[in-house]
This record gives sequence, structure tokens and C-alpha cells, in this order.
Amino acid sequence: MPLWLLLPALAVLIPLFAYPLYQLGLLSLFEYGQPQVSGGEPAVFLGTRNYGTLFSDENFWTVLLQTVVFAFACVVATLAVGAFLAVLLTKIGRVPRFMLLLAALCAWAAPAMTGSVVWMFLFDTNLGLVNEVLGTDGYNWLYDKHVGFALVGAAVVWHSFPFVMITLYAGITAIPQSVLEAASLDGATAFTTFRRIIVPMLRPLIAIVVIQSVIWDFKVFTQIYVMTNGGGIAGQNLVLNVYAYQKAFASSQYGLGSAIGVVMTVILLGITLLYLRALRRTGEAL
Amino acid sequence: MRKSLLALVLLLSACAPSTAQPTDTGDEKTGTLRVWLFDEANRAAKEAVVNEAAKEFEAAHPGVKVDISYLTVETRAEKYKGALNDPASAPDVTEVGNTDLASFVASNSMADVTADLKAWGEAGDMPADLMSTVKVGDKAFGVPWWIGVRALYYRTDLGITPPTSYAELVAEAKKVRAANKDMLGIAVGGKYVFGAMPFVWDAGGDIATASGGTYKSAIGTAESKAGIKAYTDLFSNDICPAQQCADLTGGGTVEAFAAGRAGMGILGNFNRSAVEAGVAKGKYAVVPLPGAKPGSVAPAFAGGSTLGVFKSTKKRTLAAQFMLTLAGKKYGLKLYDAMGFVPALKSARAEVVAKEPFLKPFIDTMSAGTRFVPVDKAWTAIDAEKILPNMLQKVITGKATVDAAATEANTLIDATFKK
Repeated sequence: MPLWLLLPALAVLIPLFAYPLYQLGLLSLFEYGQPQVSGGEPAVFLGTRNYGTLFSDENFWTVLLQTVVFAFACVVATLAVGAFLAVLLTKIGRVPRFMLLLAALCAWAAPAMTGSVVWMFLFDTNLGLVNEVLGTDGYNWLYDKHVGFALVGAAVVWHSFPFVMITLYAGITAIPQSVLEAASLDGATAFTTFRRIIVPMLRPLIAIVVIQSVIWDFKVFTQIYVMTNGGGIAGQNLVLNVYAYQKAFASSQYGLGSAIGVVMTVILLGITLLYLRALRRTGEAL
Repeated sequence: MRKSLLALVLLLSACAPSTAQPTDTGDEKTGTLRVWLFDEANRAAKEAVVNEAAKEFEAAHPGVKVDISYLTVETRAEKYKGALNDPASAPDVTEVGNTDLASFVASNSMADVTADLKAWGEAGDMPADLMSTVKVGDKAFGVPWWIGVRALYYRTDLGITPPTSYAELVAEAKKVRAANKDMLGIAVGGKYVFGAMPFVWDAGGDIATASGGTYKSAIGTAESKAGIKAYTDLFSNDICPAQQCADLTGGGTVEAFAAGRAGMGILGNFNRSAVEAGVAKGKYAVVPLPGAKPGSVAPAFAGGSTLGVFKSTKKRTLAAQFMLTLAGKKYGLKLYDAMGFVPALKSARAEVVAKEPFLKPFIDTMSAGTRFVPVDKAWTAIDAEKILPNMLQKVITGKATVDAAATEANTLIDATFKK
């Protein structure tokens, strides 16, 4: 294929992705805050000192670990819920299927901001419906770090399972009936059919939803920012993106914020490459 | 060859992040004077006063038109960032939250108005503790416009005796909660820095102390720790349980008091309308927040608003004159009548308190001396990185001792000043 056919794609990708990424990398090498932006002080070249500051910040490592664990848990939960409901969709009648799809689409369509605010109303310490129903008036759901993360995680899963569910449902319905019939003639149970027939045939789709979910959940911002009020009690519920926002925008340290951005990009690229390689090992071309 | 040269030029020109270029500023005597003020819930009242000032100013300066815009709270920070980055879209005169002024000065955006203030007829009427909120080094970069301080609101229907010392405050708060188990003795918040600082200042501590133009953190001193302990001790189950109060902001405590869920609260004179709109209406009174020593007043944070001139203005003289017109006694009093904002000028303050007995405890608090945050660009970072709320919350939730949390905050604050 002649290489020049790539030009239209590059014309879009370079200004929209490569240039901002280049600027991000550049900024991360400078002392660049509001005084520098508005010309009050010159931008000072720091080399890798922003990264040094970042890596020697104990808080950064705590936040990074928290982000990884939180994102991992969210991805697993999203996939489990999404896959379960996708299989369920193929088994139930038209009316319940329609209801379930409608409910999922509503959750999907709700903006993250609105969804988070509504969840907070439900779980409010003094006036929330959940405390009212459970009779635990005055219980603060965000007081304990792990309960707080679980609550936010539930909201994240609620927002993102419909994508997984609908994608997998579409994949499952596209599997030829004859293959499934042959399996059942051979005496396969529903679970065996799922594990040995459906999952292998859906692998490319699963790859896409996994990568998407990893990227989304690693970059989660709105739910944490809104529900834990910018990082929770004493910053116990901070994730990397909110941490970067705090450094970059709230306190106008754009250089340091960019360094966090670069680190996040590298981590996500790494995860994606590893995952793609693992897929190729198992014989799938993507 | 030409292509690679072009590429090289492009690369080189992109090699440093962009910075706004200083523009030539002249001193035009006519034209449109752009003014940015904060939007308020009842803006019409503020607008009427400001428009009157603008009309008077336009009459006195033929050929000048005053164009006023009101910035909404939510988008204010973005508007300012735009103005700082692009002088062409900056205003001539602007209102600035008084804690933001220092970082604006560091961003090179505020004009030095020391000389204008010296020549101002009403300068002698401006109290020194308020002037210090607009000074960086010995230069003034604005003029205090109106002020707000916090004092102790308490419910009059619960049998509370107004406390005159910290010990009494604790005793009264426990009494309220013991009698009404759904109520907080006093609403305090783990994120309520300006509610906590009076206790720290009263104990002789501070966020930071200045020496020779540089600040050094003081939150780790023994005095500060005593103050932190006094405040965080209020988050006990028999006063304001940590579960409920650890993540309250100042606004959260206002809400709790207004909704009738608290016996007392540390609220500002500017929170009165919120309380009047709640169930606490008509059932509260206010006294100065007591210090540890019986009969003393804990120093309050000097909150409020400042007027300043943007450095990029092309109408330097006009801008300073309009700023001083608004800041003067005449419009300060009118603004009080319209909005209830307490004027910064001493004589104007005395006049409004004579008119309005509600203000007396606040004025008493002001007269007892107010304190302020470090006038340094680092304050924006200290605030944004939540160093002080994190410190308070760690103590309140039992994650750290007062000692450990204060020492950690001390280190973090010092690091911020060094940046």
C-alpha cells in the first residue's frame, strides 16, 4: 500500500494528537506557572527536575498505587457486570430485554457530572435516601477510605457497564446459530458454550472493551472529583487525574501537572502494548 | 534544504513555552474604561450603586465611558486567567478576592498604586491591618473595598449562655448536644480553614511568619499546635462527631446552622441572609468568637474584597481614580445599604454599626484586630493543594496526631514558599 495514503490520517492526527503531546512533554521540562504564562517571570528550563519532584513525592506513589488498584477493580467489575447482563439479554423475552436495554442506555446517557451528583444525593450523610432506608442516619459513606472508593467505584461501573453490555450483546447475537447448535448437539452446557465458544469468538471485541475500560477507569476524574469533593477526607480518595488537576490547574503549576500527564500517558501506552502483545501470543491478530 | 531549514525554524520557535508579551501602556484620558466586578445573588442592588458611581465619574470626566461587567463565581478564575494571558482582553479596574491578590501581583498583572493611595484624601481613614492585605513588600497593589469577618452565631431558644472563653464554648456545645441528640453542639468543619485559624491565632500561632520579605511556615510551632488541638477537639462525639463534621466546608457549617441542625456556628456577617432563609431565622444571636482567655476575642480572618488596577491598562490615571471613587466613603456607605457589605474605611464602619445593631459583634471582632493569610503567590498553591484542610482532617479522623500532622503541613508549606 502506498504510504501517501496515510497522509489524510496524519493531517488529522498530527495537529490533534502529536502537537499537544509534544507541548505536554515540553512544558513538563519547565518551571511554568501562572506568572510565567502571563509574562511576570521567565519560564525556567528545569530538565527533568519536575519528574524528580514528582517521584520523590511520597504522596504521588500512594496516589499512583490507589489509581492502579481502583482502576483494576473497576475494570473487572465493569466487565463482569457487562458480560453477565449481555448473556442475560440473549436469554430473556422481548419486553424485559427492552426494559433492561432502556435502563442501561439511560445510565449510559447520563452525563458523569449529573450521575455523580445524583449518587451523592442518595448517599448524603444527613438527608440521603440510602441512610434513610437503612436506618443509618448520620453515617458518612466517605469517612472510611475503602467504603468511599467502593461507593465511587459503583458509580463508575454504573456509568460504564452499558458500553460493555451492548458491545458484547451485539457480538453474541452475531455468532452463527449453527455453531451454537453444534455445541449443544455435542452436549455442551450453557457455561461450557460460553467459555469454549462465545468467549473465543468474541475475543477481538473483548480486547476492545478491556482496553477502553482500562483507559477510562485509569483516567477517571469526574466521579472522584464530584463525589469525594476533590479527593476525599485528607486526600484519601485521590486518583492520578484529580491529583494532576490539583497540581496543574488549581495551583497553576502547569509544568509539574504536565509531568504527571506524561507519566500517565506512558503508563497507559505500556498497558495497552502489553495487552496487545499478550493477545498476539494467543494467536489473535488485531 | 529549504524544507529542512523551515523545519528547523519551526522547531526552534517552538522550543520554549509561550509567554505573554508585555504591551506598551500609555495613559489615555478618554475612551472606555473597562471594569470587572463580582456578580452577586442580588446583583441589581450592587449594580444600582456602581452605576451611580459610574455616572458621577463620567460627568466629571467628559469623553470617558465606564463599561462594567459582572463575573459569575463559577467562571471567574477562567476569566482572570484569560485576562492575565492576553492583556488585550483585560479590564482596567477589577475587583479581586483579597486572598487572590498576591498571586495576581506575582503574575505581573496588578499595577502598583502606592502613589495614588498616598495622594488619596481618604487614605488616613483606612485601617493598617486592612492595608496589609493589599501590600506585597511595601508596595500597595489595590485598595480594600469591603470586609467580612466571622463571629459566633448561637441559637437563642436552646438555653445557651453566650460563651466568653474557649472552655465555656466547649461546655455550652456539649450541653446542646446532650439535650438534643440530633443537633451538633457547634458546627465546625474539617475543610473550614477560616473557622480553624482563629483558634490557631488565638493560641499565638500562625500559618506563616514573614521576615525580610520571605515567609517561613509557622504551622508546626508549639503555639500553632495548641490552636489546632483546640479546634480539632471540637470534633468529638459529644460536640460535632467526626463522621458528620470531618468533611464539612465553611459553607457546610452555614447550611447546618441555618437548617437548625447546630446549636452554634462560626459564620460571617455576609452569611446572615442564608441564616435568615433557614429555620434558625429569628432564633439566633451573635457574639465575637471567644479566645482561650476569659473575655478575650479570638482574632478573625479579614475576609473581603479588594479593588485594583490591571497593569496592562492604557488608562492608568483614570483607572486609579475610578477605583478610589468606588472605594471611598460615599459609595462604601451606599454599598452597605444595598448589599450589607461592611465598608473598609473606619469612619464608614462606625456609621453603619450605629445604624445596624446586628453588626456590633462583627465590628467588635474587627476592632480586636484581624489576621490574614500570607500575602504571597504561594498562598494560591497552599490553598489549592489543601495543605491545611488535609492537616485538620488527618487529626480529626485520627490518622495522625496533632504533632505529626502539623509537622508535615509545616514542611509542605515551606516547600511551597520556596517554589
